[in-house]
Amino acid sequence: MSMSLYHMQKFLFDINRDRDLQRQFKEDMRDVLNRYALSPEERGALESGDIGLIYVLGANGQLLMHFAALLGMSWVDYIAAMRAGVGRHGPVRAGVYAMTTRLDEKVADV
Amino acid sequence: MSLVFAGICSHAPGITGRVNMADRAVTEELYGAYRGMADDLAASKPDALIVVAAEHFANFFMNNMPAFAMGMAESYEGPIEDPKWLGIPHTAVPGNAPLSQQLIREIMQTVDLAYAEEWKFDHGVMVPLSFLTPRYNLPIIPVNINCQGPPLAPLHRAWALGEALRRAADQVPQRIAMIGTGGISHWPATPDSGKINEQWDREFLRRWQSNDKGAMLSYTDEATYRDAGQGGFEIRTFISIAAAARGQGRLQYYRPIPIFSVGCTIANMSIGN
Ligand SMILES: [Fe+2]
Repeated sequence: MSMSLYHMQKFLFDINRDRDLQRQFKEDMRDVLNRYALSPEERGALESGDIGLIYVLGANGQLLMHFAALLGMSWVDYIAAMRAGVGRHGPVRAGVYAMTTRLDEKVADV
Repeated sequence: MSLVFAGICSHAPGITGRVNMADRAVTEELYGAYRGMADDLAASKPDALIVVAAEHFANFFMNNMPAFAMGMAESYEGPIEDPKWLGIPHTAVPGNAPLSQQLIREIMQTVDLAYAEEWKFDHGVMVPLSFLTPRYNLPIIPVNINCQGPPLAPLHRAWALGEALRRAADQVPQRIAMIGTGGISHWPATPDSGKINEQWDREFLRRWQSNDKGAMLSYTDEATYRDAGQGGFEIRTFISIAAAARGQGRLQYYRPIPIFSVGCTIANMSIGN
């Protein structure tokens, strides 16, 4: 795994479980992200809450699922955002959470 | 005293978290099966319940990822997820630190496992407990298997962990119950969420019920990933229970429920000698 992907996932791990960090992130997102060695693409994806791109960059789904919920995304929107991310940015680039269904598929009717 | 109960069940967060999106009759049937398992568990009069669950990056991360870990705390808390998202209120769950210590010492004779005096339960423990011990009055001893961030422990090591758990359970004075929680084939937290390979699940459950060690350990992670998704790596928890129980399994419930992202499964296993 690339070093920066490790750090992007470390950020997701940290923020998912730390309420103080969640508050800081809401107050000053840039300051929090400065603490992690992210690639420009990862940083941009996190700053804009682009769940589809974070997914394509290879974030582990168990981490991303909770970050999406933290951003206030419903389950249906979260699934759709990942699928749209693959449509926009191509297949998942790392990890074990690749999409195996078609771009226009609705697996669980959502 | 001994192992008095062994079983397996699903732990997918949708089971409690997305219940409003599911067919009501289907949910009732599944919840009824969980209640049946709760009755069987209570009838075994356990003093403690060991929950063998799968890592979801709740407690451990790739900076320091144990293949196997066991809780050694007086009490735990959960869920780590947003209670509204999971549909389970935040609560304290009792542990039993001296019992954990005793078990860990015996397990370490054959399996190197990490221990943790701090542990937050995620859906992998909380979803089953919300049905099995809804008043959270039975001491819980959590066990974690890394099924999430490869490299993962080989299946034969999950089997060895199960054997060690059994040896340890048989050595303590308490009556020990044990469940494994996980999914069989599933692709959770991907756009494929809801995809289920029922045929693969039924074949795995056949091997599990007949406690066919060779057949259970013959899966490779490559084949599992292809046929059962990354969620299929969680068969490790079920395999540990088969190794611990050494009995024959009885499937109480199986049904693919796409909105819950998994073939929902409830089974128990007789305790062999
Ligand atoms: Fe899981």
